[in-house]
Amino acid sequence: MLTSEQVNRVAHLARLALTEDEKQRYARQLSAILDYAEQLANVDVSHVPPTATVLPVRSVVREADVVNQLLTRDEVLKNAPRSDGESFEVAAAITESS
Amino acid sequence: MDYDIIIGIETHVELDTHSKMFCTCSANGFGAEPNVHVCPTCAGMPGALPVINKRAVEFSMMLGVALNCSINQHTFWERKSYWYPDLPKGYQITQYQYPMCYDGYLEFDVRDLSGGWNEQSYRKRVRIRRAHLEEDTGKLTHAGRSSYVDYNRSGVPLLEIVTEPDIFNAHEAYAYLSALQDIVRYLGISTGDMEKGAMRCEPNMSLRPKGTDAFGTKVEIKNLNSLSAVRGAIAYEAKRQSAALDKGEKIRQVTLGWDDVRGVTVVQREKEDAHDYRYFPEPDLPPLDVSDAWLDEVRAQVPELPIAKQARYQSEFGLSAYDAVQLTNNKAVAEWFEKGISAGKDEGPVHPSSFILHPFAKRLANFIIGDLTRLMNASGTAINQIKIKPAQLLGLAKLVEAQTINSNTAKLVIEEMFNTGAEAQAIVQAKGLAQVSDSSVLEKTIGDVLAANPKEVENYLKGNEKLLQFLVGQTMKASKGKANPQMIQSLMKAALERRRL
Amino acid sequence: MIDHLTVKAVRAGLQKKQFSALELTHAYLKRIHEHNPRLNAYISVNDEEALQQAQAADERIAKGDDTPVLGLPMAIKDVLSTKGLRTTAGSRMLENYVPTWDATCVANLRSAGAIFLGKTNTDEFAMGSSTENSAYGVTHNPHDESRVPGGSSGGSAVAVAANLCVVALGTDTGGSVRQPAAYCGITGLKNTYGRVSRYGLIAYGSSLDSVGVLAKNAEDAAIINSVIAGHDPKDSTSIHSPVPNYVDEINSLKSKIQNLRIGVPKEYFIGGLQPDVENAVREGVRAFERMGAVVKEISLPTTHLGLPVYYLIATAEASSNLSRFDGVKYGLRVNGDDLIDMYGKTRQAGFGDEVKRRIMLGTYALSAGYYDAYYIRAQKVRTLIKQDFERAYQEVDIIMTPVAPTTAFKIGEKVEDPLQMYLTDVFSVTLNLAGNCGISVPCGFDQQKLPIGMQLMGPALGETQLLSAAHTYQFSTFN
Repeated sequence: MLTSEQVNRVAHLARLALTEDEKQRYARQLSAILDYAEQLANVDVSHVPPTATVLPVRSVVREADVVNQLLTRDEVLKNAPRSDGESFEVAAAITESS
Repeated sequence: MDYDIIIGIETHVELDTHSKMFCTCSANGFGAEPNVHVCPTCAGMPGALPVINKRAVEFSMMLGVALNCSINQHTFWERKSYWYPDLPKGYQITQYQYPMCYDGYLEFDVRDLSGGWNEQSYRKRVRIRRAHLEEDTGKLTHAGRSSYVDYNRSGVPLLEIVTEPDIFNAHEAYAYLSALQDIVRYLGISTGDMEKGAMRCEPNMSLRPKGTDAFGTKVEIKNLNSLSAVRGAIAYEAKRQSAALDKGEKIRQVTLGWDDVRGVTVVQREKEDAHDYRYFPEPDLPPLDVSDAWLDEVRAQVPELPIAKQARYQSEFGLSAYDAVQLTNNKAVAEWFEKGISAGKDEGPVHPSSFILHPFAKRLANFIIGDLTRLMNASGTAINQIKIKPAQLLGLAKLVEAQTINSNTAKLVIEEMFNTGAEAQAIVQAKGLAQVSDSSVLEKTIGDVLAANPKEVENYLKGNEKLLQFLVGQTMKASKGKANPQMIQSLMKAALERRRL
Repeated sequence: MIDHLTVKAVRAGLQKKQFSALELTHAYLKRIHEHNPRLNAYISVNDEEALQQAQAADERIAKGDDTPVLGLPMAIKDVLSTKGLRTTAGSRMLENYVPTWDATCVANLRSAGAIFLGKTNTDEFAMGSSTENSAYGVTHNPHDESRVPGGSSGGSAVAVAANLCVVALGTDTGGSVRQPAAYCGITGLKNTYGRVSRYGLIAYGSSLDSVGVLAKNAEDAAIINSVIAGHDPKDSTSIHSPVPNYVDEINSLKSKIQNLRIGVPKEYFIGGLQPDVENAVREGVRAFERMGAVVKEISLPTTHLGLPVYYLIATAEASSNLSRFDGVKYGLRVNGDDLIDMYGKTRQAGFGDEVKRRIMLGTYALSAGYYDAYYIRAQKVRTLIKQDFERAYQEVDIIMTPVAPTTAFKIGEKVEDPLQMYLTDVFSVTLNLAGNCGISVPCGFDQQKLPIGMQLMGPALGETQLLSAAHTYQFSTFN
């Protein structure tokens, strides 16, 4: 059963400001789902690699290093919740970026 | 107490490709208006997908070869998750488990501040733990209570290069970064400009009492915008920490910023518990295989690197370490010099009295390092755009070697060559600049000078040896600089001695 | 005019000038406005632009232009980006989001002259099996409006089934095209992973998502697929193989069912399967046998592991894909005291219950200390599932199974118990895990007159064979 400490940690990692009610409900529901997923623990996977890709392709690259501008700035900012016409505007961040 | 300083450096190098790492936006948006080089992929819009820039992969392999690394020929990409407005997807696409390059080293010389080689200079090797590709973030600027996000830089290819903690003082750090900067410039994979953020360095350092084994508490230093800032910050922090440790204080594990103006480190934040980056393989990018053929192609693109060139200039051409370093600072200059050398490869005897393997190497070097550089800087011209061809400068060197002109005249000629692109010989002839080496003419000029300066002659004969140079100078002036200075020197001395009698 | 029009019939009618694209579009729009308030198949109806597109199509037709979809009124599931047309992904988070670019598959259709009637309802971010998780209301099954249409492409399935469009695009990550097709009595094609570009598809499970078609029959699905399938340089997971001429292939004179080897996996016919469903599917298998197919029982022993594997991998990928919804660049923003506060409040307000639950599950599965036990282990078992299918396709050409354990359930019946809801995907998820193709074909009705669908599964790039088989079946059974 997921502890409330675990639920809080995961909610913070996912930046979800859950209500207490949600935390309790999710703790129960996720525990049930994870219990159900326990059957995977009994499967012998010692001889198989994890699936890296279901595709028959590898090494997909853009051969030519060429510029192709897809959007104008107006298009880029079109759906910005807040902008000064040039940049996306947010409340001041609490930490300096690296 | 004496402390050992243990330093490892993490460097992010912005690759100089045309397009970004995972999309076709321009990667060269430094200084551009905000958000003009942005598309669904680098802005993290819903439904957008990444496609790898092959050239960026090749640049990373070139660096790996230059740093003597092993190349991971089978690798995959991973998502590194964390939250910040300059990270549009909420994750960065990077290489965690299998970096492009690993287990290499960089060898370089640690010299004094002027670049010269003296008894304190030494050859140093720093091990490179890994170098991997990833995408850069956007830029966040702050103004009052708001922050503004510009995604022009988001998605630019980055190479993250991590050393082992093999660096032991600020000078070594400076030398390592300088050597790394030279290499990325030589390879043509990055401008390496720290001031423009194309190369960003984060030293991690700790102190421990000499002779002990346990690592001290590590701090990391950010916001270093130049090589000298790196050196200054490390030196300052080492001093600060050693004073603190002497007092019995504990060092906190923090992230420090360097305040270049005040010359101090400032705590930016406490090091939090390790981030949970939740790395997992990037499902939008299939794994990447590097064939032997591709790797060989890339290897062939790696030119002779600065350290090797410097060694060769010293052993093959007899240049000093200082000259070798000056010439190899800029790959284009080095290659220009080499063209000049090969133009005169088989000419002339080896000078018998000094260790010069190529007759004109030293003169060419001097011209380039001195007058040519001065002229290029003054006019803002790069060496590949100047009018002088390498063979032409060789021609000038030959005239000086043959004493056809003296070095003062050479200065005038080179300037004329720079402005017109004409041959040295042609200029000398047209302007009648040939050096006067006819002793009878020189004797006459000397005689005139001695007659015009009786007081100085008297004082010289009374013991003021310094006046010789004055008289020589007057003779040079009288001859409009064309007199052969060595001959003037000896003839003047002789003439004065005759006056003594 | 428009009742039960197929793509084929529309194209013929336009060419023979029986009607114009404009008349057709008007008729569909009228029908949408009449029935959609009740059925809620569409989130956004694209009246103005659709009429413009129809006008343009008529002009092209007059000039003698011809494409497989020129003048065709269709619907697009609201997780696919449409330039200038609001795209919500069924979420409050994107309530006012209007993309400035088209998804590649949409761009293909647009330039070929298709008409976009609107964006159809979906479980939020395609997470769901009933279209009850949408922020824009529940969609109702036209066969019984008290029941779900299935999900997550429920809106598209209803739009096709109720004649609110001719054909529709959907997406399938764990059954989201096939299952609603079965519940609504229409045909649903799930493409091989990578066959259709995902560029512009709002990502849920990146290694599982595929664009599919909801249609009245296999031939219509083939027609649409010929326009949307193909390599896209903007999608690194896009397959290079040339696109077959699906329509020609399925109409060729070769008998496609004679000697077709069909495998029927015993693991799909277990307790919990509604008896009517089992009977109808077995009857469908017998129909193939009568047409000359060779049927044998096979075993896919990893079948029961599909669900836990799917829910770990899909939610892990989703938790990462949905990190971009942070209120900074687009979509909903709820202001906060500082950045962390803004993130938390925005995502809390923007995401519905099921989405939050899956983000929590996925984040947990990827988090330090649990990654090996959950995510990596799931990917290893996935390899086993894939290998099961590879082994099976050495013996058979296609595999036939039910699509879902039951027919359409009642609205509200399973929302309280997420695990119960997840179990409805038991027969569909393995296909996505293996990356293969599949098609859901109507094969009867249950005692309550609710549609039943049977699933034909094929190996990677086996669409032609599936479409042929389905087409032959439909052609023979409807005549």
